[in-house]
Amino acid sequence: MATKETMPGLEVEEVEVLDSEAEATAVLEELTGGHDVRAEPLWRIRLRLFRRSFAKNWGLFKESKMGLVGLAIIILFGLMAVAHPILMSTVWDPAIYDPVSGYDAVFNEYTIVEDGAVTDPTAEISLSDAKFELNPNVDVGEVVRIPVQPAPPTLGGEEGHAHLLGTDPQGRDIFSQLLYGARAAFLLGFVAAFTTVFIATTVGSVAAYYGGKLDGFLMRTADLILLMPLLPLLIVLSAAIQINMVMLGIMIGILGGFGGDAIILKSQALSIKVKAYIDAARVAGGGDGHIIFRHIVPNVVPLSLLYMMFGVTTAIALEATLSFLGLLNIQMSWGIMINTASTQGYLLSGTSYWWLLFPAGLAVSFLAFGFFVVGRGMDEVINPRLRAR
Amino acid sequence: MLRFIGRRLVQMFILFILFLSIVWLLLQLMPGDITDTLIGDPNIPLATRLELAERLGLDQPLYVQYWTYITNFFQGEMGVSFSRYPQEVSAVLWEAIPRTIVLVLTGTLLAYWMGFKSGKLIAWGRGGKTEQTFIVGGIFLQTVFYPWFAIVMLWLFGFYFGWFPIGRFIDVNLWQGSGFDATDVFQQLILTSFIAVMVYVGAKVLIKRTAGNLIVQQRLQRIAALLVFAGLVAYWYFNPAREYVWDIVWHTILPVVTLGLVTFGAVMLITRTSMLETLGEDYIMTARAKGLPKRVIRDRHAARNALLPVVTSFVLAMGTVIGGAIITEQIFSWPGMGSLFLQGIVVSDIPLVAGALAITGVLTLFAHLVVDILYTILDPRIRVT
Repeated sequence: MATKETMPGLEVEEVEVLDSEAEATAVLEELTGGHDVRAEPLWRIRLRLFRRSFAKNWGLFKESKMGLVGLAIIILFGLMAVAHPILMSTVWDPAIYDPVSGYDAVFNEYTIVEDGAVTDPTAEISLSDAKFELNPNVDVGEVVRIPVQPAPPTLGGEEGHAHLLGTDPQGRDIFSQLLYGARAAFLLGFVAAFTTVFIATTVGSVAAYYGGKLDGFLMRTADLILLMPLLPLLIVLSAAIQINMVMLGIMIGILGGFGGDAIILKSQALSIKVKAYIDAARVAGGGDGHIIFRHIVPNVVPLSLLYMMFGVTTAIALEATLSFLGLLNIQMSWGIMINTASTQGYLLSGTSYWWLLFPAGLAVSFLAFGFFVVGRGMDEVINPRLRAR
Repeated sequence: MLRFIGRRLVQMFILFILFLSIVWLLLQLMPGDITDTLIGDPNIPLATRLELAERLGLDQPLYVQYWTYITNFFQGEMGVSFSRYPQEVSAVLWEAIPRTIVLVLTGTLLAYWMGFKSGKLIAWGRGGKTEQTFIVGGIFLQTVFYPWFAIVMLWLFGFYFGWFPIGRFIDVNLWQGSGFDATDVFQQLILTSFIAVMVYVGAKVLIKRTAGNLIVQQRLQRIAALLVFAGLVAYWYFNPAREYVWDIVWHTILPVVTLGLVTFGAVMLITRTSMLETLGEDYIMTARAKGLPKRVIRDRHAARNALLPVVTSFVLAMGTVIGGAIITEQIFSWPGMGSLFLQGIVVSDIPLVAGALAITGVLTLFAHLVVDILYTILDPRIRVT
């Protein structure tokens, strides 16, 4: 080993030639005293950098109160989605609380009166109606129990089961449906969002990197997709093929990601393509794929996350709309809940049957609101011009 | 300018052909063809079915079918509707198109006008509770689950308060034996409204040329708008079809407002952001330093430049508006193109669905052209030579 005073290469001490790798390891161990002196692993550096930038961005995000509210809403719905399978396997009896096949009759007691003499429709029933509903042998004055569907919210009691938000026209628990719907919405939202981000970043980066004819082709395709009215297109597709939740998510992701998002991300990727480190990577011998996926894409992803948030909003709303129209091949979602209410004749029931229309409608609106507001909060982190200060 | 429009038209034509091809592809994707709908009937022998397929040209190779479809479309032939059998698709659509256009156009214009005004005002008076309320309200309107929102509006104003009729286009009982045709009256209504708008625009341009002061200008414009509106109302008040026109208008208000409100939220938010950006520019500072009246700075210096992103947003909003129109028509039982489209989907009336989609494409492209032209008028920097 050269001493510190001498320049390396000028004065060389005796060099020992090692025969094998094992010998080299032994020497290394002797020199370092068994400690690992290699450079900090790359992933740990990345993690530290990520932590640091996360803390900085979180500080900026915290400034936006609306963003925090949105985050709280999303977490609340996330907890709902997680709670459903747990409740189903512990507290709830699947025969009663299953969101699709459960059934629970809530009985009301009625006194049978003469036809036309009904004064209080919640406690009295006319003779002919009772004969029609129950059996032809009933008579005036009897007290009968008739199942009512949809039933208002009950906390249960001696014999009944608790239905926090009542039951739907088919005797199914609305609260259970609502929780299950949260699961469905998250599944759809994430599938759609990841597809959007994947397609938009890939198309945007490839178009920006290669330019020329490929760029022209991709961007004109994006224009065409942007021109497509999304809802009518999905309606036609849903009539042609059976669409389930995951497929719908992928479709929305493709249409959304290849449309406006790809154009926006392409402009972002263009500004990265001209940076010096891209040239450095090329000089160092990096291939096209390496430059696109290791240098351009990671720099485009933060912006794409923003559009992912807005994409989730669109996806949730589209799914609910298509389910509301009864065009999707799924068993239960918030849209289906509203569809059930409206096809069973409760479209204009308003507040008298509020538990049919309001929980589902508000759930769709609030979750979409949450994602949208978080998106806005992230926009303020990414776009310094929008900040209040 | 003309050359620009010409080039744009050529581009639009190519885009439209592509769009039509996609529509055709989608139709090929639909399960079964016309002969399949007859398969359920065992009395129809195979020979007859084949003959039918031959007569309808379904035995031709796909590219011939494609070519026939495209050429027929440009000759205005969209086939015969299955669900309304003897009627041609073009005739069915022709009746429905004006209703949809009126619904969408009125709703959107109203939303853009109101949204721009309120967005401008909340950006100008930044901070405070009012702004927060408007922002939260705007985001809620933008993200609200539209079908549910429409149902609640219909229930609240149509059923609970009873101010407006519950859906539909006209009150059939009223029109029975009146001697008026709803479509004719509606077309006259559109025509007169269009003339009124044109007169107003003419007056506005005239005022802008003559009046020097912005505040006088705005006052004059308001008077002109009032006069034109009064003239329109007076025309229909002394018309024999007065009662019936009012019936149509009364049925139109709720769907238009519902559709407009959702767009309103988005427009207001975009205007606010764009206006805030503009207000940070140096020329606003200059205008303030010159001591110009606040209203002049706000309306002439800031708002006009803030308008550009709002106009751009219109292109992106087109898709949402079309989707919104379908839902609105479905919930308010509005007999327009959207409800025809949905009915067509439910009963597999393929020609009707294809026709409605294609017309939607034409209208969307047309809207794009209008926005492009508006854009060049608004922004001299991108004015083409």
